Amino acid sequence: MSTKTDAEIKFELSCPTPLPAKDTILLGHGSGGKLSAELIRDIFLPAFQNPVLARLDDQAIVNVNGQRLAITTDSFVVKPLFFPGGNIGSLAVHGTVNDLAMGGATPLFLSAAFIIEEGFSMDELRRVVSSLRQAAAEAGVQVVTGDTKVVEKGKGDGLFINTTGIGLVPEGVDLSADRARPGDKVILSGSIGDHGIAILAQREGLEFETQIQSDSAALHTLVAEILGATSNITLTATPALRCMRDPTRGGVSSTLNEIAERSRVGIELVESSLPIHEEVRGACELLGLDPLYVANEGKLIAIVAPEAADAVLQAIRHHPLGAEAQIIGTVHKENPGLVTMRTPFGTTRIVDMLAGDQLPRIC
Amino acid sequence: MKYLDEYRDHRIARALAAEIVQSTTRPWVLMEICGGQTHTIMRYGIDELLPRGIELVHGPGCPVCVTPLETVDKAIALALHPEVILVSYGDMLRVPGSHSDLFRAKAQGADVRIAYSPTEAVKIARSNPDRKVVFLAIGFETTAPANAMAAWQAKREGLTNFSLLVSHVLVPPAIRALMVSGNNRVQGFIAPGHVCTVMGCKEYESLVRDFRVPIVVGGFEPVDILEAVLMLIRQLEAGEARMENQYVRSVSYQGNVPAQQIMTEVFEVADQKWRGIGSIPQSGLRLREEYAAYDADRIFDLGEMTVDEPAECISAQVLQGLKKPTDCPAFGMRCTPENPLGAPMVSTEGACAAYYHYRRHAVAK
Repeated sequence: MSTKTDAEIKFELSCPTPLPAKDTILLGHGSGGKLSAELIRDIFLPAFQNPVLARLDDQAIVNVNGQRLAITTDSFVVKPLFFPGGNIGSLAVHGTVNDLAMGGATPLFLSAAFIIEEGFSMDELRRVVSSLRQAAAEAGVQVVTGDTKVVEKGKGDGLFINTTGIGLVPEGVDLSADRARPGDKVILSGSIGDHGIAILAQREGLEFETQIQSDSAALHTLVAEILGATSNITLTATPALRCMRDPTRGGVSSTLNEIAERSRVGIELVESSLPIHEEVRGACELLGLDPLYVANEGKLIAIVAPEAADAVLQAIRHHPLGAEAQIIGTVHKENPGLVTMRTPFGTTRIVDMLAGDQLPRIC
Repeated sequence: MKYLDEYRDHRIARALAAEIVQSTTRPWVLMEICGGQTHTIMRYGIDELLPRGIELVHGPGCPVCVTPLETVDKAIALALHPEVILVSYGDMLRVPGSHSDLFRAKAQGADVRIAYSPTEAVKIARSNPDRKVVFLAIGFETTAPANAMAAWQAKREGLTNFSLLVSHVLVPPAIRALMVSGNNRVQGFIAPGHVCTVMGCKEYESLVRDFRVPIVVGGFEPVDILEAVLMLIRQLEAGEARMENQYVRSVSYQGNVPAQQIMTEVFEVADQKWRGIGSIPQSGLRLREEYAAYDADRIFDLGEMTVDEPAECISAQVLQGLKKPTDCPAFGMRCTPENPLGAPMVSTEGACAAYYHYRRHAVAK
């Protein structure tokens, strides 16, 4: 047993921990930021540890009789339930289909579980179910099983939906967030922040000159184009397409921070290359939010080898959901785990992962 | 965005930076008062564009940072009261009190709601007549008119379930306190454009006269900051001390007179405690006697709380421009936005948060 010197003991005493950070669940634990990551690391991973889960990708990929199955699950608690560009029903399909697609999988089947609050309008439920059905049909997936629970009035928030999805990963496709390598390009499939701002504007009753629409959409056909564009490019060691992610809650920033962390690389963005719609920029200015942290539901980020960057960019731009795609940054070996951004002023700043949700500022 | 993009134009910014380099012959220490300006400087790397001799130190203008710990504790105590709905600007929720913060109070069942404007809190009071709605009315002169308006509106409507927990601070007395403090290093000030939009620039003339210190009212975009720096440098190099207005697109000499009138009707000037700095005479606002029925401090028995800051936090020196956040041994190690020791690490306008979010890679090198 070692004895501490006076200096060491003093040092500890002068380090007050102001708040017990881990005794209760805060809303920030669900934000997709650092608190969410802590929760997964401290509570969930140790409980269920296995190599498939440890990859921490948007979907699990498991081998069953020689077939690679992708599985993912997602719960939808969006408020308001109906927003410009979609509703909780279409979102529940797009979110899960996209998590499958980001692993390169072809989405096949969905489950849908409904947690409904007593007193919820039957008509609204019909409308939600109808758009869920339509979104599933458009995405080419079937809802093959489901569940219904009703909770007492006041014990839910109208309606929550959980969907689980199953898909098949084609041969030769092998994507993961730990594959980014120095020199790789970061491609973003289109404008950022549309979904989050559409929801916020609806929730807060904000009106802008043109209504901001959520970008909620199924991305699997766009993914198919990307896989097609990279299948002919053969590199010696690793596949040209390293990984794909959809930057949902926590936005582009959180997604890239996760990739930088998992791959132990730095990522540098170029601020002037970020596609952001004018109305979204304006709304973010007004609300004191940074679009890099605002949620998207119909965009993807692809990390690709430099040799494949142009081909992938062109493939994305040819797709109706990718017309505004841009190369927004480069992977490098400096500052592993950190995302930085080159400003138009020639200076560099960090694009940090937030602890919890973005908070509107005072003035 | 019109009226915004031109103030973020890097060509204009570089031209201004070049002019600053040409105009500077000696080192100067300048302070930007407002935390919003600090964040612009860090976010765009404005300090990197300036000549080495020009040091920007960061002022006390972060409303969240200077709100006393006691006020945060009182807000939490009120929020935990079952009949109370506590409404606050979003920024305040993560600020640590002595034992908890409003997010944790919310997780314990407190009804804490975020509002963009205090008039939303009045609306909540109107539609919840059986609950007591308290708005956490903090900030500088910028937020005071809207907070005053909420009290005025509640009084006019005869609402009996609405009150304000007030912690309002004023900029000019803080500048005065810095100038007389004895360890002041600041040779020129960039005054906060939003505060002056309300109050005008006339208030700053007496400071310029009394201390022979140049003050330029500045905006919040990169070009604004650089132009304000240039205006200060030109004065300093010429040995002048004048009040100038860079932010003319928003600030007039008289300011927003109707806003000032509602402030004066509802609030009166009082001594005020600043978190990290201490009490500054006549540097805050409190509700007038006529509005006592809307003063949460008076209608709830909150008592007088005095609490100590964590010993290691140097926010006092940071808020007075005496030290940089990175001078703190706890910076980025024992003090982070997830586990903050002091408010400047939490707020979107806090200097420590600005350094942490935008620059810690440069610090590490």
